[in-house]
Amino acid sequence: MILVDAQTRVICQGFTGKQGTFHSRQALAYGTRLVGGVTPGKGGQTHLDLPVFDTVHEAVAATGAQATMIYVPAPFAADAILEAADAGIGLIVCITEGIPVQDMIRVKAALRGADVRLVGPNCPGVIAPGACKIGIMPGEIHAEGVIGIVSRSGTLTYEAVSQTTRAGLGQSTCVGIGGDPVHGLGFVDCLALFEQDRQTKGIVLVGEIGGSDEEDAAEYIRAHVRKPVVAYVAGLTAPPGRRMGHAGAVIRGGRGTARDKVAALQDAGVTIAHSPDEIGARMKSFFSG
Amino acid sequence: MHLHEHQGKTLLAQIGFPVPPGRVARTPAEAAAAAREVGGDAWLVKAQVHSGGRGKAGGVRRAAGVAEVEDAARALLGTRLVTAQSAGRGLPVEAVLVERPMETVRELYLAMLVDRRRERVAVLAAGAGGMEIEALAASDPAAVASVVVEPVAGLMPYQCRRLAFGLGLDAQAGAALGRRLPALYRLFAERDLALLEINPLGITPAGEPVALDVKIQVDDNALYRQPELAALADAGQEEAAERAARTFGLNYIRLDGDIGCMVNGAGLAMGTMDLIKLQGGKPANFLDVGGTATPERVAEAFKLILSDPGVRAILVNIFGGIVRCDVIAEGIVRAVREARVTVPVVVRLEGTHAEQGRERLQASGLDLITAADLTEAARKAVAAAGGGPVR
Repeated sequence: MILVDAQTRVICQGFTGKQGTFHSRQALAYGTRLVGGVTPGKGGQTHLDLPVFDTVHEAVAATGAQATMIYVPAPFAADAILEAADAGIGLIVCITEGIPVQDMIRVKAALRGADVRLVGPNCPGVIAPGACKIGIMPGEIHAEGVIGIVSRSGTLTYEAVSQTTRAGLGQSTCVGIGGDPVHGLGFVDCLALFEQDRQTKGIVLVGEIGGSDEEDAAEYIRAHVRKPVVAYVAGLTAPPGRRMGHAGAVIRGGRGTARDKVAALQDAGVTIAHSPDEIGARMKSFFSG
Repeated sequence: MHLHEHQGKTLLAQIGFPVPPGRVARTPAEAAAAAREVGGDAWLVKAQVHSGGRGKAGGVRRAAGVAEVEDAARALLGTRLVTAQSAGRGLPVEAVLVERPMETVRELYLAMLVDRRRERVAVLAAGAGGMEIEALAASDPAAVASVVVEPVAGLMPYQCRRLAFGLGLDAQAGAALGRRLPALYRLFAERDLALLEINPLGITPAGEPVALDVKIQVDDNALYRQPELAALADAGQEEAAERAARTFGLNYIRLDGDIGCMVNGAGLAMGTMDLIKLQGGKPANFLDVGGTATPERVAEAFKLILSDPGVRAILVNIFGGIVRCDVIAEGIVRAVREARVTVPVVVRLEGTHAEQGRERLQASGLDLITAADLTEAARKAVAAAGGGPVR
């Protein structure tokens, strides 16, 4: 598995809010080692039988937290990310949707050179089945296994998960990198981690229109990835110039089309799933026989 | 969110970036008054719609006298303008910009936008306007001068010089433009713009830059902290159904096919559209009911889809996660009953409690077509829309 394991100590920022409470409860039920949470002004209280802290620094000092999941509303999310980084959290998973892109530009500039991994924002999070769930994905569709999944889309990730589960392959780790134009870990970062990871035997990449992350992934795969990769890219029928739900899913000036991305991936030797429900079968074909 | 040209020019004027003298008018009489106020003996009367390509579509008129200004305004106001970029839809002309034509010696292109790969704001400039700058940058990189801005330093003078020299401007015109670019960048960053495009950017005989047209988009995610810009929204420029969708937190884009789609999650919604195409059909819309679809949102989504008279079948594709499929199924049953759906509805439920969800649909007594997987769902929807046998 990558990024997390069963020992990873996790806190939640926005712990006592509605989203934070709901998903912290789910994470605990899944077995995530959640050790506390942060809600400024509620330090000293107990929530879900866990300590609440005013600041991330206090939470880290008291619990040794290594990862955080952020559920604070968009206007406060950039602040939450940088607070976590400043407090020495190594893995920051930001679920929050709707963060202004200027905030993310500043966040990424501030994080440059810092020893921290940001996942998201606007993503389902990270899960290592059977070990650690940080995010909003339904835990029960996952199974411990050998496929690494990296995706820009939430529900399409779940498709890939349930198909690889049904195919008997299971997942090593699933990473939702999110649908925003400026974000943390990208395809290339996750491909590198999966390629190094001994548990991972195959990689599913789920892309969509907009930007050039898939093209960059294709270049990286060609040069560095020896494990089988199956890719699906959503948005062949998306009209140009329209934002398809995700802030980053838009074809501009003829750039960022699904056709170009599929061609780049195919050219790099990636197996293409032409429909989202072919993902499991395509991957299975590498493991039968 | 798009701004109108006149709104964008007001923003530019506020930061001292030169724009032609002009005034906005909403009636022919106002247009005549605007022309007198602007002065001169010739004017441009420009339809204010959220689309480029207005000139070719007849939305920009030249007028040689106040009476002609009034006539041009009368001809434009209250009409709908179809441009090459408006996807066949007529955009209502509710205002015109009456402007003094500017004498220029050169017309350039300037844009600011977010460079996703560099994770910075990029400033792009080209010696010729016309095509979208990203397309030009892709096909002929040497024709585009570009710099990316470090957010703490801001747009530096050396970068402005690079842009000006890249455009081949003489020292005086280059300096005049370069002087004004840092303020333009600050406008972009501080007002949370997603796109600022000055096309064409004129250079006057005196060597001064002037924004002949400007297209501005504001980052929707930042509207909460840009109340002045949010107040400039012109909902009339949007498709009514898309506007309605937003008020319910739904993401809806109308397309020209006949299979209505209701899906949770943007990626899966695109994937569903793609599958319909693969099966030989055409999606009528993109509709994301949200990663956490609730029965209420499902009900609103049905109403939206049915507001499109072209819809001949509906494909519901839900991957139940945190919100369980049986709950969603309940919402579907209620919505189909309440909205009096008369077209075939194909439902594919997957994920948490999918089996219970399917049972709930079957027990409803409604004529819902269920599908075990996405491909089967798309195939059945295409068959249903074509009036053919479904099973």
